[in-house]
Amino acid sequence: MVELTGLPAVEAKNVSKTFGAGPDAVVALDNVSVTIQQNEFFTLLGPSGCGKTTLLRLIAGFELPTAGSILLEGQEVAHLPPYKRMVNTVFQSYALFPHLTVAENIGFGLKMLGRRRAERDAQVEKMLRLVKMEAMRNRKVHQISGGQQQRVALARALAPHPKVLLLDEPLSALDLKLRKEMQIELKRLQHETGITFIFVTHDQEEALTMSDRIAVMSHGKILQIGTANEIYEHPVDRFVADFIGETNFIEAEVMQRIGNQGQIRLPSGLSIKHELDPIAAVGGKVTLAIRPERIDLVKPGADCQLSGKVENIVYFGTDTHFHIDLDTGGDLMVRVQNRRGFQEVLKTGDTVGLRIAPEAMQVLKD
Amino acid sequence: MAAVKGVDLRSQFGFHTIAIVCLVVLYFPILILIIFSVNANDIVAVFSGVSTRWYEKAFYNEEFHNAAKNTLIIAVSATIGSTIFATLAAVATTRVAPWRGQNAAYMVINLPLMVPEIITAVATLSFFALLGSKLGLNFGIGNIILAHLVFCIPFAYMPIRARLETMDLTLEGAAADLYATPLKTFWHVTMPLLMPGISSGAALAFIVSFDDFTITQLVAGPGQTTLPLYIWAMIRRPMTPEINAISTILLGISILFILISFWIAQRRKA
Amino acid sequence: MATTELTAPTPGPAAPEPAPSAQLSNAQQAAVRIEDKARISRWLLTAPAFVTISIFGVLPLLIIIIYSFLKAAPYGGVVWSPSVEAYVSFLFQADIFTDELVFSPDFLQIYVRSFIFAVGTTVICLFLGFPTAYFMATRSPRQRNWWVLLITIPFWSNLLVRTLAIMFIIRDEGLLNNVLIGLGITKAPITILYTDFAIVLGLFYSFLPFMVLPLYASLEKLDFRLVEAGYDLYASRPKVLFRIIIPLSRPGIIAGCLLVFIPALGAYVTPLILGGGRHMMIGDLIAQQFGSGRNWPLGAAQALILMSAVLVALFFYVRATTGKMKHGQG
Repeated sequence: MVELTGLPAVEAKNVSKTFGAGPDAVVALDNVSVTIQQNEFFTLLGPSGCGKTTLLRLIAGFELPTAGSILLEGQEVAHLPPYKRMVNTVFQSYALFPHLTVAENIGFGLKMLGRRRAERDAQVEKMLRLVKMEAMRNRKVHQISGGQQQRVALARALAPHPKVLLLDEPLSALDLKLRKEMQIELKRLQHETGITFIFVTHDQEEALTMSDRIAVMSHGKILQIGTANEIYEHPVDRFVADFIGETNFIEAEVMQRIGNQGQIRLPSGLSIKHELDPIAAVGGKVTLAIRPERIDLVKPGADCQLSGKVENIVYFGTDTHFHIDLDTGGDLMVRVQNRRGFQEVLKTGDTVGLRIAPEAMQVLKD
Repeated sequence: MAAVKGVDLRSQFGFHTIAIVCLVVLYFPILILIIFSVNANDIVAVFSGVSTRWYEKAFYNEEFHNAAKNTLIIAVSATIGSTIFATLAAVATTRVAPWRGQNAAYMVINLPLMVPEIITAVATLSFFALLGSKLGLNFGIGNIILAHLVFCIPFAYMPIRARLETMDLTLEGAAADLYATPLKTFWHVTMPLLMPGISSGAALAFIVSFDDFTITQLVAGPGQTTLPLYIWAMIRRPMTPEINAISTILLGISILFILISFWIAQRRKA
Repeated sequence: MATTELTAPTPGPAAPEPAPSAQLSNAQQAAVRIEDKARISRWLLTAPAFVTISIFGVLPLLIIIIYSFLKAAPYGGVVWSPSVEAYVSFLFQADIFTDELVFSPDFLQIYVRSFIFAVGTTVICLFLGFPTAYFMATRSPRQRNWWVLLITIPFWSNLLVRTLAIMFIIRDEGLLNNVLIGLGITKAPITILYTDFAIVLGLFYSFLPFMVLPLYASLEKLDFRLVEAGYDLYASRPKVLFRIIIPLSRPGIIAGCLLVFIPALGAYVTPLILGGGRHMMIGDLIAQQFGSGRNWPLGAAQALILMSAVLVALFFYVRATTGKMKHGQG
């Protein structure tokens, strides 16, 4: 187990990274700050080009920040090369050494650290058992499958028992079933070893299922950091709401405000009380984000906030998606679990009411 | 696309014949040379029975020994030197972020390939003559080795660079991530993976040095014979099949190294 | 300002934020230091090769440039007094009686002849080499490997020995004449050796592989679907050859021609062995000045004139290949 010293495992303070100079310069990271605790499974989530891999590479030491500092357990490391940081990486392409066997690959880090033969061999055995690759120990890299290579890459990075393990989209080359298995494996490994895992992915489902905390990134900035629940239920802006899961967006108007509370008027005319960001001004527009599963379909006329007509019904086995054309314009998607209920009798063209609890409506920054 | 028997759409009329003719033309003279090296007869062009006496004669020939020894010393020295220099240069000029002197370095390294051999030969001769007369410097056989080094470097450089270009760069990053200093990365990761290219480059350098005539002839001083120079001397004298024998030996060694180089390249592809 | 280099990172407060002034953060200092180290190490690594070739390859070339502007010493070597007599004597000889400078075409003839030989060799090699390379490129991968090996062997084999082999065959006492006389086709040996024909034959023999391999490299990458498309559009075989295959293999053709023309122009071994001193080319002409001719500056001048011709050829090559890139595919 890793000794917990109370200091955050990794801290990035106002980190910026620009590639190139002049008009062709690319700003990969823009004043990013994040604190990752020890023994955490932390995920950097975002679409390609958002800067998540760049941030990972800065932590690993493959790049130097243009501005800001990077600390590992409170120590400044931005000026240290990768071979001086107690951080190991699982690369997206695995980067296994083709001229070495599986066992030699796994033991490479320990060999470079100068550990003695006996100690290395014992640790390599332990790692082989951990990833269940004992039978393959003398195989060369090209003789094992993709999934097996991935496990060897993992074992190789874990063998030197680093403080932090960085994983750069390690599951992207695996097929779905293997991916799901490895997701569980990784979570188990993180718990067993107590090593801080920093995981990079563009797959929001993966992030939600595996992480203790997630940082959602876009265009070089961190938009939101929180647990899966926080990010899902309370996205701060349109991008986060849209990137994670499916969301409906409704424009509403601010009617009144008293301190943090305000009255928002929905397109249907109904007003609801809601907490407001200080920015939202009276008379201005705000965007509400509503998760499809938080909307109830009720008989028209019943107590509901919005109403519309069923435009399309899509059956998914576990649930059904209803695409509703709102009376007031625009459309919503409602997800209903397939069990007894009012929705069973609905057909396209039917009018329907939509009941949404105020706490299911999230006011977004933009 | 299913292969249709009969007309090969890609073939052109007469090309097959021309190709075979070219192959025959290329090998016929060499084969004749080799065949006549086992000629029992004194006269070079009339064949009368098989005999290995010319090889034996060459074997006991003092001049031949001397020439062979010199050729080997020069070729081995030039190969070792050029391969090491070429490896270092290749690592610094391939797949790295462009640096200021890179183009100049690349041009200089490939320069010997652009200049016709006779020009290099007379230039080198002039250079060493100047060195000898003005500075009193004469490295003896070292002069020839240095001259060979110059044209062996680009020949060794090319396969090494080619090999380096196909290497996965992330491997070196992975090594650094696993606590290998740049030196250790080079030794434990880059070098082993580069070996096929280095071997290939060394084989080419050896062949080119071993076979060289033009430059060696102009630069060599008295008493410094190599096998190609020895053969040239033998042409000036009344000819016996001994010249065939020695030529065949020379050819044999070249072909051996060509095959080695080819085999290395084939293994790499596997 | 490398004095702030951290030797042992101390736990505690993190490094101060970069101030708006010229103070660089630790990371930026490290970046600069790494850049410097990388640059120095790259220079160091290329140094052995660079220095060796500069001193023993480039410097000698500069020396003969200088030599070409000096006077010849009586027994070989140079006299260090500047003169353009080497270049003058390239075109003019002093008349024995009047001491006037008279135009002498001897050297020029040799250069022109060499040029013709080189062009002729290139053309012949192209005409025979292209079909060979094309044939090779259209074999199965396994067959192709064998062909490449078979062509590679003469490519890297000793040029002297190969030229010698040709000599043995075409000599008056050589194989060809023996066979012809033996078969009764001729009574006296046909003189082939020491003629212009012998030299061109020798050049062709030497440099054929130099044409085939680059052509093969280019043709191997040819997308034969384009050929099939040509047939699909009712083109005949010759049309497909000239309209599709040859234009697409232009880079290979240019490379092959260059690889034959330049060495052929400066050929030394071939005219030396097959020319017998009577049919000289530039190569053995230059060598003669440094040997029995005892006129180093003249030899240097001749070498530089040859080098200029080579540079012109290279210039056209570069133009042909980059010009192509500007105008798109042929």
